[in-house]
Amino acid sequence: MPVILATDFIVFFLAGAIVYFAIAVRKDGAAASAWREIRKNRLAMACLAVLALYFSVALLDSIRYRDPVLREDGVQARTEKGEAIYSAQSLSLLDRAFEGMRANHEKTYSAPFAKHLFVKENVELPDGTTGREYAPLKHPGAHWLGTDKVGDDVLFNAMKGVRTAVVIGAGTTLIIVPFAIFFGVVAGYFGGVLDDIVQYIYTTLASIPGVLLIVAFMLLFGTSGYQGGLISEGRLSLGVFVWNDRLFWLALILGITSWTDLCRLIRGETLKLRELEYVQASRAFGVSRPGIIYRHIVPNVMHLVLITFVLQFSALVLAEAILSYIGIGVGPQMGSWGNMINNSRLELSMDPVVWWNLTASFIFMFGLVLPANIFGDAVRDALDPRLRYR
Amino acid sequence: MLSYIIRRILYAVPIIIGVNVLTALLFFYVNTPDDMARQVLGEKNVTPAAIENWKRDHGYDLPAFVNTEEPGIKKVTETVFFQKSVPLLWFDFGRSDRNNIDIGQEIRTRMWASLAISVPTFIAAVSVNLFFAMMLAYYRATYIDIWGVVLAVILMSISSLFYIIGGQFILGKLLKLFPISGYDAGLHSIKFLVLPIIIGIIAAIGGGVRFYRTVFLEEINKDYVRTARAKGLTEGRVLFKHALKNAMIPVLTNVVVSIPFLFTGSLILETFFAIPGLGSFTINAIHSQDFAIVRSMVYLGSILYIIGLIMTDISYTLVDPRVRFE
Amino acid sequence: MGPVIKIKDLRAYFKTPKGLAKAVDGVSFEIPKGGTFALVGESGCGKSVTALSIIQLVPEPAGYIAGGEIVLNGRDIVPLDEREKRGIRGNKISMIFQEPMTSLNPVFTIGDQLMETIVLHQAKRKGAARKAAIEMLAKVHLPEPERLFDEYPHRLSGGQRQRVMIAMALACKPDLLIADEPTTALDVTIQEEILRLIKEMKESTGTAVLLITHNMALVYRNADMVGVMYAGKLVEAAPTQELFRNPMHPYTIKLLRSIPGQEKRGKALDTIPGAVPSAVSYPAGCHFSGRCPREMEGCASIEPPLVERAEGHSVACHLHDPGFMNKPHSKPLRQEPDALPPLAVPPSERETILEVRGLKTWYPIRKGVLKRTVGHVKAVDGIDLSIKKGSTLALVGESGCGKTTAGKSIIQLIKPTNGEVLYKGADIATLGERRLKPFRSALQIIFQDPYSSLNPRLTVRETIEEGLRAVKPGMGKEERAEKVRSVLERVGLGPEAMSRYPHEFSGGQRQRIGIARALAVDPEFIVCDEAVSALDVSVQAQILNLLKSIQRDFGLSFLFITHDLGVVEYIADEVAVMHDGRIVERGTTADIFSAPKHDYTKKLLSAVPKIDSRLADLWHLPGLGAVK
Repeated sequence: MPVILATDFIVFFLAGAIVYFAIAVRKDGAAASAWREIRKNRLAMACLAVLALYFSVALLDSIRYRDPVLREDGVQARTEKGEAIYSAQSLSLLDRAFEGMRANHEKTYSAPFAKHLFVKENVELPDGTTGREYAPLKHPGAHWLGTDKVGDDVLFNAMKGVRTAVVIGAGTTLIIVPFAIFFGVVAGYFGGVLDDIVQYIYTTLASIPGVLLIVAFMLLFGTSGYQGGLISEGRLSLGVFVWNDRLFWLALILGITSWTDLCRLIRGETLKLRELEYVQASRAFGVSRPGIIYRHIVPNVMHLVLITFVLQFSALVLAEAILSYIGIGVGPQMGSWGNMINNSRLELSMDPVVWWNLTASFIFMFGLVLPANIFGDAVRDALDPRLRYR
Repeated sequence: MLSYIIRRILYAVPIIIGVNVLTALLFFYVNTPDDMARQVLGEKNVTPAAIENWKRDHGYDLPAFVNTEEPGIKKVTETVFFQKSVPLLWFDFGRSDRNNIDIGQEIRTRMWASLAISVPTFIAAVSVNLFFAMMLAYYRATYIDIWGVVLAVILMSISSLFYIIGGQFILGKLLKLFPISGYDAGLHSIKFLVLPIIIGIIAAIGGGVRFYRTVFLEEINKDYVRTARAKGLTEGRVLFKHALKNAMIPVLTNVVVSIPFLFTGSLILETFFAIPGLGSFTINAIHSQDFAIVRSMVYLGSILYIIGLIMTDISYTLVDPRVRFE
Repeated sequence: MGPVIKIKDLRAYFKTPKGLAKAVDGVSFEIPKGGTFALVGESGCGKSVTALSIIQLVPEPAGYIAGGEIVLNGRDIVPLDEREKRGIRGNKISMIFQEPMTSLNPVFTIGDQLMETIVLHQAKRKGAARKAAIEMLAKVHLPEPERLFDEYPHRLSGGQRQRVMIAMALACKPDLLIADEPTTALDVTIQEEILRLIKEMKESTGTAVLLITHNMALVYRNADMVGVMYAGKLVEAAPTQELFRNPMHPYTIKLLRSIPGQEKRGKALDTIPGAVPSAVSYPAGCHFSGRCPREMEGCASIEPPLVERAEGHSVACHLHDPGFMNKPHSKPLRQEPDALPPLAVPPSERETILEVRGLKTWYPIRKGVLKRTVGHVKAVDGIDLSIKKGSTLALVGESGCGKTTAGKSIIQLIKPTNGEVLYKGADIATLGERRLKPFRSALQIIFQDPYSSLNPRLTVRETIEEGLRAVKPGMGKEERAEKVRSVLERVGLGPEAMSRYPHEFSGGQRQRIGIARALAVDPEFIVCDEAVSALDVSVQAQILNLLKSIQRDFGLSFLFITHDLGVVEYIADEVAVMHDGRIVERGTTADIFSAPKHDYTKKLLSAVPKIDSRLADLWHLPGLGAVK
């Protein structure tokens, strides 16, 4: 039985958007020439490959279903009314692909590739006495990046953080794009009172410092909802769809704090476009205002959307880690690099130092943010070399 | 010019009111005082009586926006909004929900600790960023520039959490150059402040240098720079006299708006280093779910941002003669 | 006396992603003390890079001087080190630029910027430098130099800023002043004053002037010597009178014959087929081969040397090279006729199609804390016009006179504040957008900027179809495609253009697409808003020919908005002169140009540089075997 979270739609939509762009690049003159420009940049293409890898992990982690509960004789268990019973746990394709890593728990810390636990514990020695020893692992050598305090595989944890990062990095912008375009274009094209109202709204919203607004929102709403882990029957489970997804709220709230920049950019660009001669030529034919906006304005502000999207991606990934670290990000059960950093903070003061948890989150984050930054620059240079983005 | 500034300040009034109403909506309407009480008291041992008690103790027992039971003006004044939010307009922050402390008093004492870190960090970071950005612009399109930009992108791709944790670990724990965290009053605080300041600078350097470099390069391609070169000026003089003063205009937008925020300090730096400033004050309030403090900090932050915008506009008039005379 | 400056086989190349761009690929000339040498050519021919090379400011690191000598007072300055070059810049060689509005630093005062040069090169103290700077400001005839000294550039008009630039350039009494399109951005009356100032300053200081321009008429009036550049090469150089009397290079001749003017009325303008080759892929031989009307077999492969054919008159063309003409590779490839086809004069229908009465377009000025309206900018302040069917009315005036606002107000792109616009008797100025719709197809507009007039995201077909969809919603898909095809063909573009995007076309081609877009909806009246002003003269000639021929074929009426009086003389039947939002004079083209009545018209006409119209009879392509 499939389970679809609200945030899964973001990932699916993103996948659709990538396909759409791949097709658009083949026919549109302007997009195609921008793409040719980017393709010449080998570093950017290498970064794109890395980003694609991250995205596939996120996609695999977004397709999930619950297994039917089987009776001892192997037949699917049913309730008295004859409804099939499913396991409370929904596992994603990623979970299933790395079943070994997911399920191979140890007792507590172990170093990468270690065969023994990292700390001594009381073990029964072969001669029957008890001594303090480094106990052997249940799965020696299987944990490439070691295990954490509760014995979970660190590599797997880090991989589970990928989806969270991609959803926040991409979903946030996706959620707000329609609003930013609508308000930006309306304010810029119609001007007058409408412009004043839109400007007032975004100045007021922008006045509230983003992080504090997020704090307020998450304190107020963020305590309920799906936080990762099991989907318990009852409050959360609406059958297939799970709408109350804390990660989705986080993306939405981050979006509310960041749409004003894009809206301002689009408004400014629309003001410029409105005076351009091809728009006036269109008016000289008596084309209606919605027609002009649809044909001439919106397509010509889309590059700003794309630039904002790629440039904000890395900033949002970094922000998610900090928010999760503060405790107002995703729930503690959700895979997140911020949570990993939070957990590993005290590990550095242990002796000897437990370094792999922090290192794993560092490598995974850096491995996403650096390519995103480089690729983002390439996209901006190709689409609008003169745009100064702040 | 004067009428311009007056207009800017008048324009801020509706925005301040908007912010005030918005925070009130968020804290009193979307999340009602009942929810608040439930969150504070904990899900388990909540009884209607306990909620009523909590609300009465903390002054949330009035209607949110309109009190229909009271006559005349009191319909408006005897409400949570009027009692709790309107006083913010004259910076009366009231008392906290948890420990019943005077928030205004707390802000006034704690802001000095925040300033002790944020002011030196801000000044040093802006100077260091400008210096490196100008260096890259001077050596533009050479290997110094190319590798400088690469380094900047790498630095900005690292989460500030790692800078803090790494800095504490290497400089504090391994090299034992500075105490890992803590704070002391007066001059004794210096030894505690050096490490967070260094980390604050390093965390800002990547993005800063890259942004300022772009600004400089944009100026360098302008016509007046060509005129300056045609006069026979040295490249250094072209850059440091002619381009720099023009580049200050976009730099100011970026810098001046953040000056008021020096008062509120940094959320994570202060928590990591146990600095008793406003940043850690906010974080503690978040963790203890003290809505009165969070609401005050949201409001204060907004006011500071609006002040920053006005300061930005005024600083334009100081640098750009085109604005000064219009 | 030797020349002040002598350029020998100068080459300046740029490294680009597409290859090595040979922006300047062999240019030689010299200028005597006190002489004015004009370098003319169309955009992209390398004339500005030549100027930057001389002052040693080729944009590094992409650009560099690849060869040649620049001999200033007997010393080659190319091999000098950077410190010595700085001592020459602004001191021995100085330069003024095209855009006075952006060439001064906005955040320093005029005085600061002027003193900077003086202090740098003359080692004067501040007080003395200040005195010298104020003297310079007075010398360039700026009013109240003491006050201007402390002003910021934005308080000055374009003409005043260019005077400041001249003061700055001449403060150190340089040997050579390079003026790169010094008047192109300025109005024609200001242009004349600036040129007179340069001449006056040249006479008082004895400095040599290198004038760079695309305007042949300006050269005719202001230079002693002319060099014509084409595709990075100097193709012809001669004393001014000699060049205009006896142009030798086919390019020079074609260029001169493409300039619109009164003497060419009723005839087509000469045009050059094809486009200037890219600087990364010039032909091995003559750069003009492939476009030349007199091309011979060896032209594309053998480089023509610059040969002196008369006193001071040299030309780089195989037609004028006796050594080449004797060889077998001089067999002609192409032999275009010399005479140009006449343009049929449209029948003189004289029914008035459009009449404008008392048209006003005002914009409110808001001021103060509350932004109250304190007055109005009277962009168009009560104008009367009438345009006859099939004729061209030119609306001329300087920038900011309100001519563009007037044009847009007439076709209701801007709602006029007051007045009547009668199209075939119906007043359209009072109609709302819906009631206006039936008139939209009849009244069309063509814009100035070929780059911003086409939506980059739409194919040519989509762009042209947009108008058809709006004004003829009932039209079928096939019919629409057929219409697009036919208008494209009419403006000289093939059907393959339909599926392409604007960025794949040159400026002239884009302008053709803009014309096709207007033409598609079968208009009767077209506003041409500076429609040919942004184009190079040879491309402009093609577009003017095209406009003339569609006017004849479709009986169109044009309102031709322009500041270029040469174009007006060539194309207009009637002229209205606009100044400060009002029409100061109206009449037939012949009347206005031969006997202007209003003072402003007189001032405008006398400011425009013109080539003696009798010279046009001398411009003929050489016959074969002219040089044997």
